[in-house]
Amino acid sequence: MPLIETINLTKAYSLQPVLKKLNLSIDAGEFVALLGANGSGKSTLLRMLSGLSRPTAGVIRIGGWELPREVESVRAQIGVVGHKPLLYETLTARENLRFFARLYNVPFDDAVLHASLTRVGLAKRADDLVRGFSRGMQQRLSIARALLHKPDVLIFDEPYTGLDQNGSTALDDLLRSAHADGHTIIMATHDLDRAAGLASRAVILARGVLSKDQPMDGIDGVALSALYQHTAGA
Amino acid sequence: MRTPFFAAVVAIVQKDLRAELRGRDLVGAMGIFALLSVLIFSFALELDRVARVEAVSGVLWVTVVFASILGLNRSLALERDQGNLDALLLAPVRRGAVYVGKLVGNFLFTLVIALLLLPIMTVLYGITLFIPALLLTVLLGVVGFTTVGTLLATMTIQTRAREALLPIVMMPVALPLLLTAVRASTGIMNAAAQTTWLPWLGILVALDVIFLTMCFLLFDYVVEE
Repeated sequence: MPLIETINLTKAYSLQPVLKKLNLSIDAGEFVALLGANGSGKSTLLRMLSGLSRPTAGVIRIGGWELPREVESVRAQIGVVGHKPLLYETLTARENLRFFARLYNVPFDDAVLHASLTRVGLAKRADDLVRGFSRGMQQRLSIARALLHKPDVLIFDEPYTGLDQNGSTALDDLLRSAHADGHTIIMATHDLDRAAGLASRAVILARGVLSKDQPMDGIDGVALSALYQHTAGA
Repeated sequence: MRTPFFAAVVAIVQKDLRAELRGRDLVGAMGIFALLSVLIFSFALELDRVARVEAVSGVLWVTVVFASILGLNRSLALERDQGNLDALLLAPVRRGAVYVGKLVGNFLFTLVIALLLLPIMTVLYGITLFIPALLLTVLLGVVGFTTVGTLLATMTIQTRAREALLPIVMMPVALPLLLTAVRASTGIMNAAAQTTWLPWLGILVALDVIFLTMCFLLFDYVVEE
């Protein structure tokens, strides 16, 4: 049984379809790169998978729970990292993690928070305000926040936006580490080289429909780029 | 799986208080606006004592309402701009808990401003405003405004003209609250018989209950895409 399943998933805004009858199955432990041009429906799909948006039609199942009926159970199994950091700038890194730990009803003693911050290389900046963090540091803290409740599924929506080379490399390492730990990852990105290097499968959307669903075996950035040009209509 | 309702509410309120104590983004702006507003009114309304008593209640509530609108806009904008409203909605908590958490924070910040206004207006207008029944009216009025305001600000913050839009949509909805609060306050300040202002307090309580129930139930739909 797949961990994530969508059946005829459709979303329309004001009668304008954004996603059309999408059927997708993702097994536990997969790392799926969600690719497609702007407006292809990537972010809409991720918002529906994370329970932020209701489908117009169709079914979403995650870990056996059905959305939107069992949305709170699904939310407990999902961690989301977006292109916005989803952090409070006027709180310190530790205070941010403590707040989200309380919100997810997980233990938030100092040892747990310290371990989370150490994992993303921010232990020394634990008591600094997030306002003073670089974009890369904010994104790393955002990953620590998303991992706090040990979710089965991690959703990344264009996480490389605004990151410099060092920040992107650090994010690569964190993504590899999270995947190695057994998290199922879905990442929407425009960075085809990174997608080819990290993901185990590419799903390409074009104008709201599934255009290509391809394992990454033996596919490098160049081959993925060629496939993308061909299928996404880029 | 689900985080207990009150645990989520307390976490959100404490987070808002901590952020506000550090940044003073809300109370600072609301306080300056409220101070300027009562000062300008005090210069503009050079009235005799009787006329002043009639006007002070209106000045108090107009100032509280507009300071509250300013604070509500900023409070929700802080959540929206960093995507934090999504972060709250992604947590396994009832959306009603998010609403109540934000409401309690907004209520406390507006109440602080309203209570600070009382000594300032007592000095500026020469009328004592430290009357227990008036304090109760202020408390009930602030509950009502922030209840409606938190819901409507969550809606308007998602639009481009959010700062202009909140007062436009809020005033018609909150008008019964404003009229009732002004009537009750004027009666209390005039030292009128209890029978003249007590019914207004009763209506204020009823409006608070109605608005609280409605807004709590509607919040799910407001944040739903």
